[in-house]
Amino acid sequence: MVRMWTDLLRGLWGEHPIFRLVLGMCPALAVTNTAINGMTMGLATTFVLVTSGTIISLLKHFIPQRVRIPSYIVIIATFVTAADYTLNAFWHDIHGVLGLFVPLIIVNCLILGRAEAFSSKNTVKRTIFDSLGYGIGFTWGLVLLGVIREVLGFGSIFGMQVMPDTFYNWTIMVLPSGAFLTLGVLLGLYNMLIQRAESKNKVLHTVKTASEGAFTDESVY
Amino acid sequence: MIELFLIFIGAALVNNFILARFLGICPFIGVSRQIDTSLGLGIATTFVMTLSGILAWFMQEFILVPFNLPFMQYVFFILAISSIVQFVEMALRKMFPTLYEALGIFLPLITTNCAILGLALLIPLNEYGLIQSVFFGFGAGVGFTLAIVLMAGIRERLLFADVPKPLQGASITLITAGVMAMAFSGFLGLI
Repeated sequence: MVRMWTDLLRGLWGEHPIFRLVLGMCPALAVTNTAINGMTMGLATTFVLVTSGTIISLLKHFIPQRVRIPSYIVIIATFVTAADYTLNAFWHDIHGVLGLFVPLIIVNCLILGRAEAFSSKNTVKRTIFDSLGYGIGFTWGLVLLGVIREVLGFGSIFGMQVMPDTFYNWTIMVLPSGAFLTLGVLLGLYNMLIQRAESKNKVLHTVKTASEGAFTDESVY
Repeated sequence: MIELFLIFIGAALVNNFILARFLGICPFIGVSRQIDTSLGLGIATTFVMTLSGILAWFMQEFILVPFNLPFMQYVFFILAISSIVQFVEMALRKMFPTLYEALGIFLPLITTNCAILGLALLIPLNEYGLIQSVFFGFGAGVGFTLAIVLMAGIRERLLFADVPKPLQGASITLITAGVMAMAFSGFLGLI
């Protein structure tokens, strides 16, 4: 049970797909002009991650080693087609906005990466937790980007006006360059948090080892 | 003729695949450290893009539409792209060994480059004919090469800059790309 929690939590912060592994950049930049677009994209990717991961994990003893990558791609493409048609049927407007980027989930390095690194080697149960963790991690990354860009670009969150009328919309946040700048700054902030946590750990660690060393020195005498 | 030229310019500059359409960001960040390697990747990608543009048109026109299989489009295109990359790799190794050695390592990477699948999917969407598809694929490849080589040039200079530690790596590359995208948005009124 503990192992499943670590599987789930890994993708949420420590190995965050966007900010740490820098995978799946194309959708992260392209569909995050509003928060709702980012969320839909993230959930569609999570669906594909979990379903294709499950099937790949179930078939891991049947897929020959040499043709594994094409097999994974075909499995992923099948579920992406299903997600695409479902989105088109029930959420037609958002499907129109996401457009090309729904089929491009197929070539999202995150999905093939998890298939190769985790699903093809582990049990179905662990795979589901792992895929869910990475999927939700990807989704919150996209929603965060979307919220920042929507607030500054349109003055709203999830379509609700939050900024006062006097706020002058930053058009650049909606344009392609705004996507690059926002993601670049967010990556920098994430790195800063991680580096700060690491240096704190290091200080604690050195203090601890120093005191332990002193203790052993004393015990020698 | 004018129309073909406009398709080429549109794909290369106005709707640049990397800086305006956000396709092919992974190699743009991953393989843009040196001008030589990024130029190699750009040429290999242009080659595969032109070929897969033609192939996408043929598949759409002679398989998917006549047999009424629109739901198989994604599976067909991605399989076609992976086999085309494999085929190009084998053909190059046999016929142009020097070129193969220069491009060899980049070819397998291209399969998962979303710019290629994006291009294949855009061709039926824009209802291009065969000749138009060739120009569109070639223009997209040239635009990709242009953006990635420019980026490599900037990053070679950035090595001497004093970048704050948290911003090093992908972060400063993305911010630079943002400034480049601003410059490229100047092409917007061109067509």
